[in-house]
Amino acid sequence: MTLAAPAQHFVDSPHWTWYILGYFFFAGLSGGSYVIASLFRLRGEPADEPAARVGYYAAFVALLPCPVLLIVDLGSPLRFWHMMWNTTPGDAGLNLKWGSPMSVGVWALLVYGAFATVSLVDSLVRDGKLPFLRRVRLGGWFGALFVVVGLVLGLFVAGYTGVLLAVSNQPVWSDTWALGGLFLASGMAGSAALLLFLLRYRAGAGASAGPLTVAERLYAVLELALLVIFALTLLPAGTFGLAFGFPWLLLWLVALAGLAPGIAGLVTSRSAVTPEGVAVPVHTASVAVPGLVLAGVLALRAAVIFSAQ
Amino acid sequence: MVDITPGRAYGFFTDTSVCIGCKACEVACKEWNALPGNAPAFGDGYDNTGTLDAQNWRHVAFIDNVPDETQGAGHGSAWLMMSDVCKHCQHASCMDVCPTGAIIRTEFDSVFIQPDVCNGCRNCIAACPYDVIAQNDEKGVAQKCTLCYDRLQGGLEPACAKACPTDSIQFGPLDELRELANQRVDDLHGQSVPQARLYGADESVYGGLNAFFLLMDEPERYRLPNAENAVLPGRNNLGGYLGALGTAVLAVLGGLFALRRRREPAPADGPSEVDQSERDPEPPEEGP
Repeated sequence: MTLAAPAQHFVDSPHWTWYILGYFFFAGLSGGSYVIASLFRLRGEPADEPAARVGYYAAFVALLPCPVLLIVDLGSPLRFWHMMWNTTPGDAGLNLKWGSPMSVGVWALLVYGAFATVSLVDSLVRDGKLPFLRRVRLGGWFGALFVVVGLVLGLFVAGYTGVLLAVSNQPVWSDTWALGGLFLASGMAGSAALLLFLLRYRAGAGASAGPLTVAERLYAVLELALLVIFALTLLPAGTFGLAFGFPWLLLWLVALAGLAPGIAGLVTSRSAVTPEGVAVPVHTASVAVPGLVLAGVLALRAAVIFSAQ
Repeated sequence: MVDITPGRAYGFFTDTSVCIGCKACEVACKEWNALPGNAPAFGDGYDNTGTLDAQNWRHVAFIDNVPDETQGAGHGSAWLMMSDVCKHCQHASCMDVCPTGAIIRTEFDSVFIQPDVCNGCRNCIAACPYDVIAQNDEKGVAQKCTLCYDRLQGGLEPACAKACPTDSIQFGPLDELRELANQRVDDLHGQSVPQARLYGADESVYGGLNAFFLLMDEPERYRLPNAENAVLPGRNNLGGYLGALGTAVLAVLGGLFALRRRREPAPADGPSEVDQSERDPEPPEEGP
Protein backbone atom coordinates (compact mmCIF):
# COMPACT_ATOMS: atom_id res chain seq x y z
CA MET A 1 0.00 0.00 0.00
CA THR A 2 1.47 3.32 -1.02
CA LEU A 3 0.34 6.86 -0.53
CA ALA A 4 -0.79 6.91 -4.14
CA ALA A 5 -3.15 3.97 -3.62
CA PRO A 6 -6.52 4.75 -5.15
CA ALA A 7 -9.53 5.28 -2.93
CA GLN A 8 -11.54 2.14 -2.21
CA HIS A 9 -15.17 2.46 -3.22
CA PHE A 10 -17.52 -0.47 -2.63
CA VAL A 11 -20.64 1.64 -2.44
CA ASP A 12 -23.87 1.09 -4.37
CA SER A 13 -25.33 3.72 -6.67
CA PRO A 14 -28.33 5.73 -5.43
CA HIS A 15 -29.77 5.75 -8.96
CA TRP A 16 -30.15 9.49 -9.07
CA THR A 17 -30.76 9.99 -12.76
CA TRP A 18 -32.91 12.14 -15.03
CA TYR A 19 -35.11 13.85 -12.46
CA ILE A 20 -32.08 14.82 -10.43
CA LEU A 21 -30.23 15.96 -13.53
CA GLY A 22 -33.21 18.17 -14.37
CA TYR A 23 -33.31 19.54 -10.85
CA PHE A 24 -29.59 20.34 -10.80
CA PHE A 25 -29.96 22.10 -14.17
CA PHE A 26 -32.93 24.24 -13.22
CA ALA A 27 -31.63 24.97 -9.71
CA GLY A 28 -28.40 26.27 -11.25
CA LEU A 29 -30.27 28.48 -13.69
CA SER A 30 -32.78 29.75 -11.14
CA GLY A 31 -30.19 30.57 -8.50
CA GLY A 32 -27.82 32.06 -11.06
CA SER A 33 -30.52 34.22 -12.64
CA TYR A 34 -31.57 35.50 -9.23
CA VAL A 35 -27.97 36.37 -8.39
CA ILE A 36 -27.42 38.26 -11.65
CA ALA A 37 -30.74 40.08 -11.30
CA SER A 38 -29.81 41.05 -7.76
CA LEU A 39 -26.39 42.28 -8.82
CA PHE A 40 -28.08 44.48 -11.43
CA ARG A 41 -30.48 45.73 -8.79
CA LEU A 42 -27.72 46.41 -6.28
CA ARG A 43 -25.79 48.33 -8.93
CA GLY A 44 -28.84 50.54 -9.11
CA GLU A 45 -28.53 51.64 -12.71
CA PRO A 46 -31.94 52.56 -14.14
CA ALA A 47 -30.87 51.33 -17.56
CA ASP A 48 -30.33 47.83 -16.15
CA GLU A 49 -33.63 47.63 -14.31
CA PRO A 50 -35.42 45.86 -17.19
CA ALA A 51 -32.68 43.23 -17.23
CA ALA A 52 -32.99 42.81 -13.48
CA ARG A 53 -36.70 42.12 -13.86
CA VAL A 54 -36.02 39.63 -16.65
CA GLY A 55 -33.63 37.92 -14.24
CA TYR A 56 -36.22 37.68 -11.50
CA TYR A 57 -38.82 36.34 -13.94
CA ALA A 58 -36.37 33.74 -15.20
CA ALA A 59 -35.37 32.76 -11.66
CA PHE A 60 -39.00 32.11 -10.74
CA VAL A 61 -39.88 30.19 -13.89
CA ALA A 62 -36.73 28.05 -13.66
CA LEU A 63 -37.57 27.30 -10.03
CA LEU A 64 -41.04 25.93 -10.82
CA PRO A 65 -39.94 22.48 -12.03
CA CYS A 66 -37.48 22.02 -9.15
CA PRO A 67 -39.80 20.80 -6.38
CA VAL A 68 -41.76 18.73 -8.88
CA LEU A 69 -38.62 16.93 -10.07
CA LEU A 70 -37.40 16.36 -6.52
CA ILE A 71 -40.72 14.97 -5.36
CA VAL A 72 -41.30 12.60 -8.26
CA ASP A 73 -37.79 11.24 -7.77
CA LEU A 74 -38.63 10.07 -4.25
CA GLY A 75 -39.55 6.44 -3.72
CA SER A 76 -42.55 7.68 -1.71
CA PRO A 77 -43.44 11.06 -3.25
CA LEU A 78 -46.38 11.69 -0.90
CA ARG A 79 -43.92 11.68 1.97
CA PHE A 80 -41.92 14.62 0.60
CA TRP A 81 -42.82 16.59 3.72
CA HIS A 82 -40.87 14.10 5.83
CA MET A 83 -37.83 16.09 4.69
CA MET A 84 -39.04 18.95 6.88
CA TRP A 85 -40.96 17.18 9.60
CA ASN A 86 -39.58 14.17 11.43
CA THR A 87 -42.41 11.70 11.96
CA THR A 88 -40.48 9.33 14.22
CA PRO A 89 -42.91 8.23 16.94
CA GLY A 90 -41.99 9.95 20.18
CA ASP A 91 -39.44 12.16 18.45
CA ALA A 92 -41.57 14.19 16.06
CA GLY A 93 -40.44 17.68 15.19
CA LEU A 94 -38.73 19.87 12.63
CA ASN A 95 -35.96 18.23 10.62
CA LEU A 96 -32.74 20.14 10.02
CA LYS A 97 -29.43 18.31 9.94
CA TRP A 98 -26.52 20.63 9.28
CA GLY A 99 -24.31 17.71 8.28
CA SER A 100 -26.68 16.61 5.53
CA PRO A 101 -26.64 18.92 2.49
CA MET A 102 -29.91 17.36 1.37
CA SER A 103 -31.57 18.45 4.60
CA VAL A 104 -30.02 21.93 4.52
CA GLY A 105 -30.84 22.19 0.82
CA VAL A 106 -34.53 21.45 1.34
CA TRP A 107 -34.85 24.40 3.71
CA ALA A 108 -32.69 26.63 1.53
CA LEU A 109 -34.87 25.80 -1.46
CA LEU A 110 -38.01 26.53 0.54
CA VAL A 111 -36.79 29.92 1.78
CA TYR A 112 -35.29 30.75 -1.60
CA GLY A 113 -38.64 29.90 -3.17
CA ALA A 114 -40.28 32.52 -0.96
CA PHE A 115 -37.69 35.11 -2.00
CA ALA A 116 -38.02 34.24 -5.68
CA THR A 117 -41.81 34.54 -5.41
CA VAL A 118 -41.66 37.93 -3.68
CA SER A 119 -39.17 39.16 -6.28
CA LEU A 120 -41.48 37.94 -9.02
CA VAL A 121 -44.43 39.84 -7.53
CA ASP A 122 -42.24 42.90 -7.03
CA SER A 123 -41.14 42.78 -10.67
CA LEU A 124 -44.74 42.41 -11.83
CA VAL A 125 -45.70 45.43 -9.71
CA ARG A 126 -42.82 47.46 -11.12
CA ASP A 127 -43.92 46.47 -14.61
CA GLY A 128 -47.43 47.66 -13.84
CA LYS A 129 -48.94 44.21 -14.23
CA LEU A 130 -50.46 44.17 -10.77
CA PRO A 131 -52.12 47.56 -10.46
CA PHE A 132 -53.88 46.65 -7.22
CA LEU A 133 -50.47 46.30 -5.58
CA ARG A 134 -48.91 49.40 -7.09
CA ARG A 135 -48.40 51.06 -3.73
CA VAL A 136 -46.36 48.09 -2.52
CA ARG A 137 -42.74 48.40 -3.49
CA LEU A 138 -39.65 46.48 -2.38
CA GLY A 139 -37.41 49.50 -1.89
CA GLY A 140 -35.25 51.36 0.57
CA TRP A 141 -32.93 49.64 3.00
CA PHE A 142 -35.35 46.75 3.43
CA GLY A 143 -35.43 46.18 -0.31
CA ALA A 144 -31.63 46.19 -0.45
CA LEU A 145 -31.41 43.78 2.47
CA PHE A 146 -34.00 41.54 0.85
CA VAL A 147 -32.03 41.49 -2.38
CA VAL A 148 -28.76 40.67 -0.59
CA VAL A 149 -30.29 37.81 1.40
CA GLY A 150 -31.99 36.49 -1.75
CA LEU A 151 -28.69 36.72 -3.60
CA VAL A 152 -26.96 34.61 -0.95
CA LEU A 153 -29.79 32.06 -1.11
CA GLY A 154 -29.54 32.03 -4.90
CA LEU A 155 -25.82 31.31 -4.68
CA PHE A 156 -26.52 28.50 -2.24
CA VAL A 157 -29.25 26.88 -4.32
CA ALA A 158 -27.08 27.02 -7.44
CA GLY A 159 -24.07 25.44 -5.71
CA TYR A 160 -25.12 23.19 -2.83
CA THR A 161 -26.12 20.40 -5.19
CA GLY A 162 -22.44 19.76 -5.86
CA VAL A 163 -21.74 19.57 -2.13
CA LEU A 164 -24.66 17.15 -1.78
CA LEU A 165 -23.01 14.79 -4.24
CA ALA A 166 -19.63 15.15 -2.53
CA VAL A 167 -21.07 14.31 0.89
CA SER A 168 -21.36 10.63 0.05
CA ASN A 169 -19.03 7.70 -0.46
CA GLN A 170 -19.55 7.52 -4.22
CA PRO A 171 -16.53 7.37 -6.51
CA VAL A 172 -15.82 10.69 -8.28
CA TRP A 173 -18.35 12.66 -6.20
CA SER A 174 -16.71 12.06 -2.85
CA ASP A 175 -13.18 12.27 -4.23
CA THR A 176 -13.31 16.02 -4.79
CA TRP A 177 -14.21 19.22 -2.95
CA ALA A 178 -14.71 21.18 -6.17
CA LEU A 179 -18.20 20.09 -7.22
CA GLY A 180 -20.09 22.78 -5.30
CA GLY A 181 -18.00 25.51 -6.87
CA LEU A 182 -18.12 23.87 -10.28
CA PHE A 183 -21.92 23.65 -10.29
CA LEU A 184 -22.20 27.23 -9.05
CA ALA A 185 -19.84 28.62 -11.70
CA SER A 186 -21.59 26.60 -14.38
CA GLY A 187 -24.98 27.82 -13.17
CA MET A 188 -23.76 31.42 -13.27
CA ALA A 189 -22.39 31.09 -16.79
CA GLY A 190 -25.57 29.41 -17.95
CA SER A 191 -27.75 32.05 -16.31
CA ALA A 192 -25.80 34.88 -17.94
CA ALA A 193 -26.30 33.18 -21.31
CA LEU A 194 -29.99 32.55 -20.59
CA LEU A 195 -30.63 36.18 -19.64
CA LEU A 196 -28.65 37.36 -22.63
CA PHE A 197 -31.01 35.34 -24.78
CA LEU A 198 -34.13 36.56 -22.97
CA LEU A 199 -33.16 40.25 -23.20
CA ARG A 200 -34.16 40.37 -26.84
CA TYR A 201 -37.77 39.81 -25.81
CA ARG A 202 -37.76 42.72 -23.38
CA ALA A 203 -38.10 46.24 -24.69
CA GLY A 204 -35.43 48.56 -23.40
CA ALA A 205 -33.25 45.82 -21.96
CA GLY A 206 -30.73 45.81 -24.78
CA ALA A 207 -28.39 48.13 -22.90
CA SER A 208 -27.65 45.31 -20.47
CA ALA A 209 -26.51 42.87 -23.13
CA GLY A 210 -22.94 44.14 -23.02
CA PRO A 211 -22.45 43.70 -19.28
CA LEU A 212 -24.12 40.30 -19.43
CA THR A 213 -21.84 39.21 -22.23
CA VAL A 214 -18.83 40.16 -20.15
CA ALA A 215 -20.29 38.38 -17.13
CA GLU A 216 -20.78 35.22 -19.15
CA ARG A 217 -17.15 35.35 -20.22
CA LEU A 218 -15.87 35.74 -16.68
CA TYR A 219 -18.08 32.94 -15.41
CA ALA A 220 -16.87 30.70 -18.23
CA VAL A 221 -13.29 31.25 -17.09
CA LEU A 222 -14.29 30.57 -13.48
CA GLU A 223 -16.01 27.37 -14.55
CA LEU A 224 -13.00 26.26 -16.58
CA ALA A 225 -10.73 26.83 -13.61
CA LEU A 226 -12.99 24.74 -11.39
CA LEU A 227 -13.23 22.05 -14.03
CA VAL A 228 -9.44 21.78 -14.01
CA ILE A 229 -9.41 21.65 -10.20
CA PHE A 230 -12.14 18.99 -10.29
CA ALA A 231 -10.12 16.86 -12.70
CA LEU A 232 -6.92 17.27 -10.68
CA THR A 233 -8.58 16.28 -7.42
CA LEU A 234 -9.73 13.02 -8.99
CA LEU A 235 -6.20 11.96 -9.90
CA PRO A 236 -5.00 10.89 -6.42
CA ALA A 237 -8.23 8.96 -5.86
CA GLY A 238 -7.77 7.07 -9.13
CA THR A 239 -11.21 8.01 -10.43
CA PHE A 240 -10.18 10.40 -13.19
CA GLY A 241 -10.68 7.70 -15.83
CA LEU A 242 -14.12 6.87 -14.46
CA ALA A 243 -15.29 10.47 -14.76
CA PHE A 244 -13.64 11.37 -18.04
CA GLY A 245 -13.56 8.03 -19.89
CA PHE A 246 -15.77 7.07 -22.80
CA PRO A 247 -18.70 7.72 -23.23
CA TRP A 248 -18.67 10.54 -20.66
CA LEU A 249 -15.90 12.23 -22.60
CA LEU A 250 -18.52 13.18 -25.18
CA LEU A 251 -20.52 15.02 -22.53
CA TRP A 252 -17.40 16.76 -21.30
CA LEU A 253 -16.72 17.90 -24.85
CA VAL A 254 -20.20 19.44 -24.97
CA ALA A 255 -19.49 21.10 -21.61
CA LEU A 256 -16.24 22.50 -22.99
CA ALA A 257 -18.02 23.64 -26.14
CA GLY A 258 -20.37 25.56 -23.88
CA LEU A 259 -17.39 27.37 -22.40
CA ALA A 260 -15.85 28.13 -25.78
CA PRO A 261 -17.91 31.24 -26.67
CA GLY A 262 -17.18 32.89 -23.36
CA ILE A 263 -13.49 32.13 -23.30
CA ALA A 264 -13.04 32.95 -26.99
CA GLY A 265 -14.89 36.21 -26.39
CA LEU A 266 -12.57 37.13 -23.58
CA VAL A 267 -9.52 36.36 -25.69
CA THR A 268 -10.63 38.13 -28.85
CA SER A 269 -12.78 41.01 -27.59
CA ARG A 270 -10.84 42.45 -24.76
CA SER A 271 -12.01 45.90 -25.71
CA ALA A 272 -15.42 44.90 -24.43
CA VAL A 273 -14.16 44.85 -20.90
CA THR A 274 -12.19 48.06 -20.94
CA PRO A 275 -13.57 51.21 -19.35
CA GLU A 276 -13.78 52.80 -22.74
CA GLY A 277 -16.97 51.03 -23.53
CA VAL A 278 -18.69 47.76 -24.17
CA ALA A 279 -18.34 47.17 -27.85
CA VAL A 280 -20.96 44.47 -28.00
CA PRO A 281 -23.71 44.60 -30.59
CA VAL A 282 -26.94 44.20 -28.71
CA HIS A 283 -29.11 42.14 -30.99
CA THR A 284 -26.64 40.52 -33.32
CA ALA A 285 -25.73 37.57 -31.12
CA SER A 286 -27.16 34.35 -32.45
CA VAL A 287 -29.46 32.06 -30.52
CA ALA A 288 -26.91 29.31 -31.00
CA VAL A 289 -24.47 30.74 -28.47
CA PRO A 290 -26.82 30.79 -25.45
CA GLY A 291 -28.12 27.42 -26.58
CA LEU A 292 -24.60 26.02 -26.65
CA VAL A 293 -23.80 27.40 -23.21
CA LEU A 294 -26.98 25.92 -21.74
CA ALA A 295 -26.27 22.58 -23.40
CA GLY A 296 -22.86 22.73 -21.74
CA VAL A 297 -24.45 23.35 -18.34
CA LEU A 298 -26.67 20.30 -18.80
CA ALA A 299 -23.87 18.11 -20.17
CA LEU A 300 -21.54 18.94 -17.30
CA ARG A 301 -24.10 17.87 -14.74
CA ALA A 302 -24.99 14.76 -16.73
CA ALA A 303 -21.31 13.76 -16.93
CA VAL A 304 -20.86 14.17 -13.18
CA ILE A 305 -24.10 12.40 -12.26
CA PHE A 306 -23.95 9.45 -14.63
CA SER A 307 -20.22 8.70 -14.73
CA ALA A 308 -20.11 7.98 -10.99
CA GLN A 309 -23.07 5.62 -11.05
CA MET B 1 -30.07 -18.57 24.81
CA VAL B 2 -28.89 -14.98 24.89
CA ASP B 3 -30.52 -12.73 27.44
CA ILE B 4 -31.63 -9.67 25.49
CA THR B 5 -32.01 -6.47 27.50
CA PRO B 6 -32.87 -3.04 26.04
CA GLY B 7 -30.12 -0.54 26.69
CA ARG B 8 -27.32 -3.03 26.09
CA ALA B 9 -25.34 -3.12 22.82
CA TYR B 10 -25.81 -6.24 20.73
CA GLY B 11 -24.40 -7.35 17.43
CA PHE B 12 -23.02 -10.11 15.26
CA PHE B 13 -19.62 -11.75 15.22
CA THR B 14 -19.36 -13.39 11.81
CA ASP B 15 -16.47 -15.84 11.72
CA THR B 16 -15.74 -16.42 8.03
CA SER B 17 -13.24 -19.18 8.79
CA VAL B 18 -16.09 -21.58 9.54
CA CYS B 19 -18.60 -20.39 6.94
CA ILE B 20 -19.46 -23.26 4.59
CA GLY B 21 -21.58 -21.19 2.20
CA CYS B 22 -24.83 -23.05 2.90
CA LYS B 23 -26.91 -19.84 2.77
CA ALA B 24 -29.17 -20.95 5.62
CA CYS B 25 -28.76 -17.40 6.96
CA GLU B 26 -30.12 -15.93 3.74
CA VAL B 27 -33.12 -18.23 3.80
CA ALA B 28 -33.88 -17.66 7.47
CA CYS B 29 -33.62 -13.90 6.97
CA LYS B 30 -36.00 -13.94 4.03
CA GLU B 31 -38.49 -16.16 5.84
CA TRP B 32 -38.63 -14.10 9.01
CA ASN B 33 -38.63 -10.73 7.30
CA ALA B 34 -41.03 -11.81 4.54
CA LEU B 35 -38.61 -10.85 1.78
CA PRO B 36 -39.63 -12.37 -1.55
CA GLY B 37 -36.10 -12.16 -2.93
CA ASN B 38 -34.89 -11.48 -6.44
CA ALA B 39 -34.88 -13.91 -9.32
CA PRO B 40 -31.65 -15.92 -9.11
CA ALA B 41 -28.92 -14.69 -11.39
CA PHE B 42 -26.33 -17.30 -12.24
CA GLY B 43 -22.88 -16.08 -13.10
CA ASP B 44 -19.67 -18.05 -13.29
CA GLY B 45 -19.60 -18.86 -9.58
CA TYR B 46 -21.81 -20.32 -6.88
CA ASP B 47 -23.11 -16.93 -5.79
CA ASN B 48 -26.59 -16.50 -7.21
CA THR B 49 -27.53 -13.80 -4.70
CA GLY B 50 -25.05 -11.28 -5.98
CA THR B 51 -25.12 -8.54 -3.44
CA LEU B 52 -26.81 -7.17 -0.38
CA ASP B 53 -29.88 -5.18 -1.42
CA ALA B 54 -33.49 -4.49 -0.52
CA GLN B 55 -34.34 -8.21 -0.76
CA ASN B 56 -31.09 -9.68 0.56
CA TRP B 57 -30.23 -8.55 4.05
CA ARG B 58 -27.75 -11.39 4.42
CA HIS B 59 -25.57 -12.33 1.50
CA VAL B 60 -23.10 -15.19 1.49
CA ALA B 61 -20.29 -13.88 -0.66
CA PHE B 62 -18.27 -16.51 -2.53
CA ILE B 63 -14.87 -15.07 -3.28
CA ASP B 64 -13.24 -17.13 -5.94
CA ASN B 65 -9.56 -17.91 -5.39
CA VAL B 66 -9.55 -20.92 -7.70
CA PRO B 67 -6.38 -20.76 -9.83
CA ASP B 68 -6.66 -21.16 -13.57
CA GLU B 69 -4.03 -23.89 -13.60
CA THR B 70 -4.50 -27.34 -12.07
CA GLN B 71 -2.95 -27.44 -8.62
CA GLY B 72 -1.61 -30.29 -6.53
CA ALA B 73 -2.53 -31.08 -2.97
CA GLY B 74 -2.14 -28.45 -0.27
CA HIS B 75 -3.86 -25.61 -2.07
CA GLY B 76 -7.15 -25.86 -0.30
CA SER B 77 -8.05 -22.20 0.10
CA ALA B 78 -9.87 -21.92 -3.19
CA TRP B 79 -12.83 -20.05 -1.76
CA LEU B 80 -13.35 -17.35 0.77
CA MET B 81 -16.90 -17.34 2.06
CA MET B 82 -18.46 -14.62 4.11
CA SER B 83 -22.01 -14.06 5.24
CA ASP B 84 -22.19 -10.32 4.71
CA VAL B 85 -24.67 -8.08 6.51
CA CYS B 86 -25.25 -4.49 7.62
CA LYS B 87 -22.40 -3.55 9.94
CA HIS B 88 -24.53 -1.39 12.28
CA CYS B 89 -21.61 1.06 12.43
CA GLN B 90 -21.03 3.18 15.52
CA HIS B 91 -20.35 6.11 13.17
CA ALA B 92 -22.95 5.29 10.55
CA SER B 93 -22.63 7.06 7.19
CA CYS B 94 -26.29 6.39 6.34
CA MET B 95 -27.49 7.97 9.56
CA ASP B 96 -25.31 11.04 9.02
CA VAL B 97 -26.87 11.97 5.69
CA CYS B 98 -30.50 10.80 6.16
CA PRO B 99 -32.56 13.99 5.82
CA THR B 100 -35.81 12.60 7.25
CA GLY B 101 -34.57 11.18 10.54
CA ALA B 102 -35.79 7.77 9.41
CA ILE B 103 -32.53 6.08 10.37
CA ILE B 104 -32.24 5.73 14.11
CA ARG B 105 -30.16 3.88 16.67
CA THR B 106 -32.33 1.48 18.62
CA GLU B 107 -32.28 0.52 22.26
CA PHE B 108 -30.15 -2.46 21.22
CA ASP B 109 -27.54 -0.10 19.64
CA SER B 110 -28.42 -1.30 16.14
CA VAL B 111 -29.02 1.00 13.14
CA PHE B 112 -32.62 0.80 11.99
CA ILE B 113 -34.46 2.35 9.01
CA GLN B 114 -38.02 3.18 10.05
CA PRO B 115 -40.08 2.09 7.04
CA ASP B 116 -42.93 4.48 7.82
CA VAL B 117 -40.63 7.51 8.08
CA CYS B 118 -38.29 6.91 5.11
CA ASN B 119 -39.42 8.64 1.91
CA GLY B 120 -37.05 6.94 -0.50
CA CYS B 121 -34.62 9.79 -1.22
CA ARG B 122 -31.76 7.27 -1.43
CA ASN B 123 -29.17 9.52 0.17
CA CYS B 124 -28.27 6.66 2.54
CA ILE B 125 -27.52 4.41 -0.43
CA ALA B 126 -25.03 6.94 -1.79
CA ALA B 127 -23.40 7.11 1.63
CA CYS B 128 -23.18 3.49 2.82
CA PRO B 129 -19.59 2.39 2.14
CA TYR B 130 -20.54 -1.29 2.32
CA ASP B 131 -23.18 -1.46 -0.42
CA VAL B 132 -25.71 -2.60 2.17
CA ILE B 133 -28.80 -0.46 1.62
CA ALA B 134 -31.04 -0.53 -1.44
CA GLN B 135 -34.40 0.82 -2.44
CA ASN B 136 -37.44 -1.44 -2.35
CA ASP B 137 -39.18 -0.19 -5.46
CA GLU B 138 -42.53 -1.68 -4.49
CA LYS B 139 -42.58 -0.08 -1.05
CA GLY B 140 -40.69 3.05 -2.12
CA VAL B 141 -38.36 3.00 0.87
CA ALA B 142 -34.77 2.03 1.61
CA GLN B 143 -34.23 -1.34 3.26
CA LYS B 144 -31.51 -3.29 4.98
CA CYS B 145 -30.87 -5.67 7.88
CA THR B 146 -32.76 -4.59 11.00
CA LEU B 147 -30.79 -6.90 13.30
CA CYS B 148 -34.23 -8.50 13.56
CA TYR B 149 -35.44 -5.59 15.66
CA ASP B 150 -38.83 -7.21 16.13
CA ARG B 151 -37.29 -10.47 17.32
CA LEU B 152 -35.00 -8.65 19.74
CA GLN B 153 -38.01 -6.85 21.21
CA GLY B 154 -39.51 -10.29 21.80
CA GLY B 155 -36.33 -11.65 23.39
CA LEU B 156 -35.37 -13.73 20.35
CA GLU B 157 -31.98 -13.70 18.64
CA PRO B 158 -31.86 -12.72 14.94
CA ALA B 159 -33.04 -15.36 12.49
CA CYS B 160 -29.72 -15.70 10.64
CA ALA B 161 -27.72 -16.40 13.79
CA LYS B 162 -30.36 -18.86 14.93
CA ALA B 163 -30.18 -20.75 11.64
CA CYS B 164 -26.40 -20.79 11.08
CA PRO B 165 -25.36 -24.46 11.39
CA THR B 166 -21.64 -23.81 11.97
CA ASP B 167 -21.91 -20.85 14.35
CA SER B 168 -20.18 -18.71 11.77
CA ILE B 169 -22.79 -16.11 12.75
CA GLN B 170 -22.87 -15.50 16.46
CA PHE B 171 -25.22 -13.03 18.12
CA GLY B 172 -24.78 -11.57 21.56
CA PRO B 173 -23.78 -8.61 23.70
CA LEU B 174 -20.94 -6.77 21.96
CA ASP B 175 -18.47 -6.94 24.83
CA GLU B 176 -18.86 -10.70 25.07
CA LEU B 177 -18.61 -11.13 21.30
CA ARG B 178 -15.38 -9.15 21.16
CA GLU B 179 -13.86 -11.28 23.87
CA LEU B 180 -14.90 -14.40 22.00
CA ALA B 181 -13.50 -13.05 18.72
CA ASN B 182 -10.12 -12.19 20.22
CA GLN B 183 -9.89 -15.69 21.65
CA ARG B 184 -10.79 -17.17 18.26
CA VAL B 185 -8.09 -15.18 16.48
CA ASP B 186 -5.52 -16.26 19.07
CA ASP B 187 -6.57 -19.89 18.58
CA LEU B 188 -6.27 -19.63 14.79
CA HIS B 189 -2.87 -17.96 15.00
CA GLY B 190 -1.83 -20.78 17.32
CA GLN B 191 -3.00 -23.26 14.68
CA SER B 192 -0.71 -21.71 12.04
CA VAL B 193 -3.44 -19.66 10.39
CA PRO B 194 -1.70 -16.27 10.53
CA GLN B 195 -3.98 -14.67 7.95
CA ALA B 196 -6.93 -14.66 10.37
CA ARG B 197 -7.78 -11.13 11.50
CA LEU B 198 -10.66 -9.17 12.93
CA TYR B 199 -12.41 -6.42 11.03
CA GLY B 200 -14.47 -3.82 12.87
CA ALA B 201 -13.98 -5.28 16.34
CA ASP B 202 -12.07 -2.20 17.45
CA GLU B 203 -12.67 1.51 16.77
CA SER B 204 -10.41 1.74 13.71
CA VAL B 205 -13.32 1.25 11.31
CA TYR B 206 -16.28 3.65 11.72
CA GLY B 207 -15.79 3.78 15.47
CA GLY B 208 -16.39 0.04 15.66
CA LEU B 209 -18.87 -2.20 13.91
CA ASN B 210 -21.65 -3.84 15.88
CA ALA B 211 -21.58 -6.53 13.21
CA PHE B 212 -17.88 -7.35 12.93
CA PHE B 213 -15.99 -10.11 11.18
CA LEU B 214 -13.15 -12.54 11.39
CA LEU B 215 -11.59 -12.47 7.91
CA MET B 216 -9.11 -14.79 6.24
CA ASP B 217 -7.62 -12.19 3.90
CA GLU B 218 -7.29 -8.44 3.45
CA PRO B 219 -10.62 -6.62 3.95
CA GLU B 220 -10.51 -5.36 0.35
CA ARG B 221 -10.81 -8.95 -0.87
CA TYR B 222 -14.24 -9.03 0.75
CA ARG B 223 -15.18 -5.62 -0.63
CA LEU B 224 -14.72 -4.02 2.76
CA PRO B 225 -12.75 -0.74 2.85
CA ASN B 226 -9.63 -0.91 4.99
CA ALA B 227 -9.27 1.39 7.98
CA GLU B 228 -7.59 4.09 5.89
CA ASN B 229 -10.51 4.15 3.46
CA ALA B 230 -13.30 3.79 6.00
CA VAL B 231 -14.31 7.44 5.84
CA LEU B 232 -17.55 9.25 6.56
CA PRO B 233 -19.38 11.27 3.90
CA GLY B 234 -19.45 14.27 6.23
CA ARG B 235 -15.72 14.71 5.69
CA ASN B 236 -16.56 16.57 2.48
CA ASN B 237 -18.94 19.09 4.03
CA LEU B 238 -16.28 21.63 4.98
CA GLY B 239 -14.24 21.38 1.79
CA GLY B 240 -17.33 21.32 -0.40
CA TYR B 241 -18.91 24.38 1.18
CA LEU B 242 -15.60 26.27 1.30
CA GLY B 243 -15.04 25.54 -2.40
CA ALA B 244 -18.53 26.81 -3.14
CA LEU B 245 -18.00 29.84 -0.89
CA GLY B 246 -14.79 30.80 -2.67
CA THR B 247 -16.54 30.43 -6.00
CA ALA B 248 -19.49 32.48 -4.73
CA VAL B 249 -17.20 35.33 -3.69
CA LEU B 250 -15.51 35.29 -7.10
CA ALA B 251 -18.90 35.09 -8.83
CA VAL B 252 -20.21 38.15 -6.98
CA LEU B 253 -17.03 40.16 -7.49
CA GLY B 254 -16.88 39.13 -11.16
CA GLY B 255 -20.54 40.01 -11.54
CA LEU B 256 -20.15 43.41 -9.94
CA PHE B 257 -17.21 44.07 -12.25
CA ALA B 258 -18.88 42.82 -15.41
CA LEU B 259 -22.29 44.34 -14.75
CA ARG B 260 -21.03 47.82 -13.97
CA ARG B 261 -22.44 50.50 -16.24
CA ARG B 262 -19.93 51.52 -18.83
CA ARG B 263 -19.96 54.50 -21.12
CA GLU B 264 -21.78 53.32 -24.21
CA PRO B 265 -19.81 53.74 -27.44
CA ALA B 266 -22.59 55.86 -28.87
CA PRO B 267 -21.85 58.33 -31.66
CA ALA B 268 -23.30 61.21 -29.66
CA ASP B 269 -22.63 61.93 -26.01
CA GLY B 270 -26.29 62.33 -25.16
CA PRO B 271 -27.57 59.17 -23.50
CA SER B 272 -24.29 58.01 -22.07
CA GLU B 273 -24.40 59.81 -18.74
CA VAL B 274 -25.85 57.11 -16.60
CA ASP B 275 -22.90 57.00 -14.33
CA GLN B 276 -22.65 56.79 -10.61
CA SER B 277 -24.26 60.21 -10.28
CA GLU B 278 -27.73 58.81 -10.69
CA ARG B 279 -28.48 56.05 -8.29
CA ASP B 280 -32.21 56.20 -8.42
CA PRO B 281 -33.62 53.39 -6.30
CA GLU B 282 -37.00 53.94 -7.93
CA PRO B 283 -36.76 52.63 -11.46
CA PRO B 284 -39.26 53.54 -14.16
CA GLU B 285 -42.62 51.86 -14.06
CA GLU B 286 -42.33 50.73 -17.62
CA GLY B 287 -39.26 49.57 -19.46
CA PRO B 288 -37.86 52.42 -21.56
